[in-house]
Amino acid sequence: MSEQGHRWTMVVDLDKCTGCQACVVACHAENNIPVVGEDEVRMGRAMHWLHIERYWEGEYPNLRARFMPVMCQQCENAPCEPVCPVFATYHSEVENINVQVYNRCIGTRYCANNCPYIARVFNWFDPEFPEPLNEQLNPDVTVRRRGIMEKCTFCIQRIRRGEETAEAEGREIRDGEVQPACAQSCPTGAIMFGDLNDPESHVAKLVRSRRSFKLLEELGTEPAVVYLKGGDFHVG
Amino acid sequence: MSVESKTAPLVWVEAEDPREHLLLDPRPPEEMNQMIMDAMHRTGPGFWTLVIVTGALILIGLVGAWGYQILKGMGVAGIRRPVYWGVYIANFVFWIGISHSGTFVSAILRVFKAEFRRPITRASEMMTSFALIVAGMYPLIHLGRTWRFYWMVPYPNQRQLWPNFHSPLEWDMMAIFTYLIGSTLYLYLPLIPDMAMARDRSTGWRYKLYRVLALGWRGSEPEWHHLKSAINIFAFAIIPVMFSVHTIVSWDFGMTMKTGWHSSIFGPYFVTGAIFSGVSAVATVLLIVRKAMKLEYFLRPEHFDSIGKLILIFSFAWTYFFFADYLTEWYGGESVGKELITLQARGPVAPLWYLMLTTNILIPWLTLWSRKVRRSFWGLMLVTLGVNVGMYIERYIIVTGFLTRNRLPFDWGMYNPSIVEILISIGSLSTFIFLYAVVSRLIPLVPVWEVQEGQVTHTLRRVGRALVPSVAELE
Repeated sequence: MSEQGHRWTMVVDLDKCTGCQACVVACHAENNIPVVGEDEVRMGRAMHWLHIERYWEGEYPNLRARFMPVMCQQCENAPCEPVCPVFATYHSEVENINVQVYNRCIGTRYCANNCPYIARVFNWFDPEFPEPLNEQLNPDVTVRRRGIMEKCTFCIQRIRRGEETAEAEGREIRDGEVQPACAQSCPTGAIMFGDLNDPESHVAKLVRSRRSFKLLEELGTEPAVVYLKGGDFHVG
Repeated sequence: MSVESKTAPLVWVEAEDPREHLLLDPRPPEEMNQMIMDAMHRTGPGFWTLVIVTGALILIGLVGAWGYQILKGMGVAGIRRPVYWGVYIANFVFWIGISHSGTFVSAILRVFKAEFRRPITRASEMMTSFALIVAGMYPLIHLGRTWRFYWMVPYPNQRQLWPNFHSPLEWDMMAIFTYLIGSTLYLYLPLIPDMAMARDRSTGWRYKLYRVLALGWRGSEPEWHHLKSAINIFAFAIIPVMFSVHTIVSWDFGMTMKTGWHSSIFGPYFVTGAIFSGVSAVATVLLIVRKAMKLEYFLRPEHFDSIGKLILIFSFAWTYFFFADYLTEWYGGESVGKELITLQARGPVAPLWYLMLTTNILIPWLTLWSRKVRRSFWGLMLVTLGVNVGMYIERYIIVTGFLTRNRLPFDWGMYNPSIVEILISIGSLSTFIFLYAVVSRLIPLVPVWEVQEGQVTHTLRRVGRALVPSVAELE
């Protein structure tokens, strides 16, 4: 581990994203996110911590779909943090990410309104895990009850496990050792995860790419998620 | 409220006769005291119908619907991604706005010694307290975990965690508590001599109630002196509190990064809107209680005339802020801001938006310049009801409409209130009416001593063959 600790960063290569939604499913499974059903989804209450934004480009028949996975951007300067009256959302100095403490949340939903990426989701009802979903709940992750805000955590339970394993073996975390569920499940490897403080890490090299940009960068939120620009030029 | 047809029709004549003015038309003090006592005992079938109907609506809305929402979850409301705040917040802002009536009509007019305020202060101060109670329920109704609301209160606790003083919601809670306590005390102080008056003219449970509330008031010179200083201190102190409350409510929006909300003009814009709707609500309520409680002697055309002028002035002021806010948004030309303008001018909320422009600008500007309209029951009633409909729409659009448009077009959405939200809204309106109706029969709705004080200072003096109104300085 370098002096400054870790700076977990996610890189999303938009050229590689096919919009297959495998990451969304993996995220649901890993983080005990309830599946709310068709009617609620139609209402706009799907609880994806990670959603694929689909944009159409061009006019028919020269039409093409663009996909952009958007999750909590783990902003360095997060707009959701100061507005929470009970410190349920705050910045973790250790992990350098924006964390949500479920037990503190009273459900003002102010954080969700102030998030420019609309990345936060709310538990409108108590979660239900009908058979056989209840068989695969992740024991490392809390099941949240109704009235609580939640969001992508960069799979903090996996980060913790990686840190503990490394510490037990008396070594540094290796690059690529910690993988959130979305990165692990992406068939094209469009989502990559690593430590930006390690200049030799895969993500650190990708971030230096000419294609890299951050979502709504002009707002000054300083996200920890970096996108690699897609476009005709790069599409294979 | 029961509007009985038997009451004397309002005769709105040109006020040539100086005795048109309440303060120049004195009656024996005991007769006035008795008028107020009679008004408090006036509980006809209309009154009981109102109390029972609003009581039932409170049970349905605040016990039934809210209880259901607490047990099931916030999902029973119509809110959804990305509209995380719905009518609860719009209602909250609306009722906070109504609560500005009392302070404005009472404290500001008292400080500036506007004499027409004398008979209407109590009625508007009561509106402040009750509107604040109703408004104060909404943050609780709105919370996902209502049963944990006290986690926002700063007190040493086993979680070893203070609330986040950076959050505008935290400022909000403190401002509202301060305002509720301050305005209730400010309602109570001028009430003490009237409580003593009622105590001396009541028997039974009323006597017991008034004896406690009168705090042993005997009307001695030192008592009057202390009361006057206390009222004076409160009148000055409550004004900045009033400004802070709605400014902070506007900062709930202004402090965010949301386009349309993030605006430095929101503070004065919201305060002006609040006074606009609050003063209009005062007129509506006074028109009703005047008829229902037969207070024609105290509440006269001249009072409605003055309130009507105030409403017109605040319509001008509100329009100015509204225009400044929209022009800036439109001229700036930022893409989300442009979408918000389109949303209102041509989008799904356009009918509401144009209705708001009609009721808040067009109708007041076309009608309230006329003395006849200001002095007519239905004229003023319709205009002031319209203003509050318009002001409600303004808050509804700002809260729920603006949330439907976001920077990333994928995050656009829509919102419709659910039946639960509507029932709770009706329940809260009923709470206000219920409290007002019941308490208006318990405490004198007109501060008799203030009217009598004004009548002492205002006299008609004979100068040659003419009667000339003359005003003596009291302090």
